[in-house]
Amino acid sequence: MKNDFRARNHPAYWAFVVHRVSGLLLTLFLPLHFWALGQALHGEARFDGFLRWTEQPLVKFAETALVLLLAAHMAGGVRLLMLEFLAWRDWQRSLLAIASGASIAVGLAFLLNVV
Amino acid sequence: MNTRSQVLLWGAQRVSAMVLALCVVIHLVTIIYAVRNGLSAAEILGRTRGNAGWLAFYTVFVAAVAIHAPIGLRGILAESIGWRGRSADIFVLAIAMSLATWGWRAVYAVFV
Amino acid sequence: MGMLHVKVWRGTEQGEFQAFEVPRLESQTVLDVVTYIQRKCDASLAYRFACRVGVCGSCAMSVNGQARWTCRTHVSKVAAEDRLEIAPLRNLPVVRDLVTDMREFFDKWARARGQFQGGKRRTDDFARVAPDSRERQQVDAGIECIGCGVCYSACDVVTWNRDYLGPAALNRAWTLVNDVRDVSRKERLAAVAGDAGCHACHTHMNCTERCPKQISPTAAIAGLKRMALAAAVKGEI
Repeated sequence: MKNDFRARNHPAYWAFVVHRVSGLLLTLFLPLHFWALGQALHGEARFDGFLRWTEQPLVKFAETALVLLLAAHMAGGVRLLMLEFLAWRDWQRSLLAIASGASIAVGLAFLLNVV
Repeated sequence: MNTRSQVLLWGAQRVSAMVLALCVVIHLVTIIYAVRNGLSAAEILGRTRGNAGWLAFYTVFVAAVAIHAPIGLRGILAESIGWRGRSADIFVLAIAMSLATWGWRAVYAVFV
Repeated sequence: MGMLHVKVWRGTEQGEFQAFEVPRLESQTVLDVVTYIQRKCDASLAYRFACRVGVCGSCAMSVNGQARWTCRTHVSKVAAEDRLEIAPLRNLPVVRDLVTDMREFFDKWARARGQFQGGKRRTDDFARVAPDSRERQQVDAGIECIGCGVCYSACDVVTWNRDYLGPAALNRAWTLVNDVRDVSRKERLAAVAGDAGCHACHTHMNCTERCPKQISPTAAIAGLKRMALAAAVKGEI
């Protein structure tokens, strides 16, 4: 028999879900990101054309989501490194709070600058 | 894959994560700074073209990503769809090499 | 005090929940409820217990979706609106009703080299281990495990990877690699390293969250990860 959400409903598990989903989405985004920068090989105009395409609101929304994912994956990853490599007692929960706070702050900073 | 390689792979993901943590902070700060007045090719290329420091930084960044992401993907493939063993390892290695190639091509593209 | 509405798993892997009404009592434990059902409602109900006081580790079950030791879980703590759903532990084959087959759980302790291996003879002098030494403190943190299987049942990595040794076996291994009298440290590290061992752990902390003895297998596993990595880098495993 398998566990359902009742067994998993605690902060460290949510942190895992965020880490896994963000990691997977960021990996899928990478080829697109590299392709976009590669446009510069075909001249500045081509690159500019692509950048103008990114000014649509929907693209900006997706970019904000990506920045948030990156920040969350990094903050959550630093938390994991600390749990795995530092001697550890009772401060895991504060680490989680710091990680989520930092990711949201980064997302907001991007959002405020991009619009 | 033998146990020692599995452990070293785990270690490689952690070490690359430490490198990435630093790279991502710099990358995020750059992103947030760069988008203030909208993105333009002239502005981006003005920063990156011929800049050896930038080239070195992003070369390392791409290398760390190409190590880190495929090892994570290897875990996801094993746990979510049960794809394990040699075929999965070869697939993941191919992803790593593609990411490195594509990533370095992108770095080169904004450097020259 | 009213009645408890209890649903109890009947069958093996295939089966269904059967409903019972059980009188609510003061200071009632989940094990009391199961025992009441077996004695007063349906004598064919299979479940396992021995000590009733949280020492033997045989009465663990899934209570309202979470693995718990039932003998020391008060109904008042878990039965929201007087409802209980009692099922066998997860991640283990079900023998019948609430009884699981614990063989793979304990076989994995053996695979993780969970046996102490000393290097001294009875004619040798006593080993002296300072109670405040770092190693002894690490051992103390994990040594109270009663082998109830709650962590194994709660662990997602066990569900996803049937070869994974699981939190209890790895916690046991961690107490032994920190035992300065033990002589098979290297073999044990080799046995617990890699994709089926400590390095598969994702720090979900389901085990730490549920352990009735407040042990943190996650911390033990993190220790093994570091120690095994060092050994792998040196080429010892």
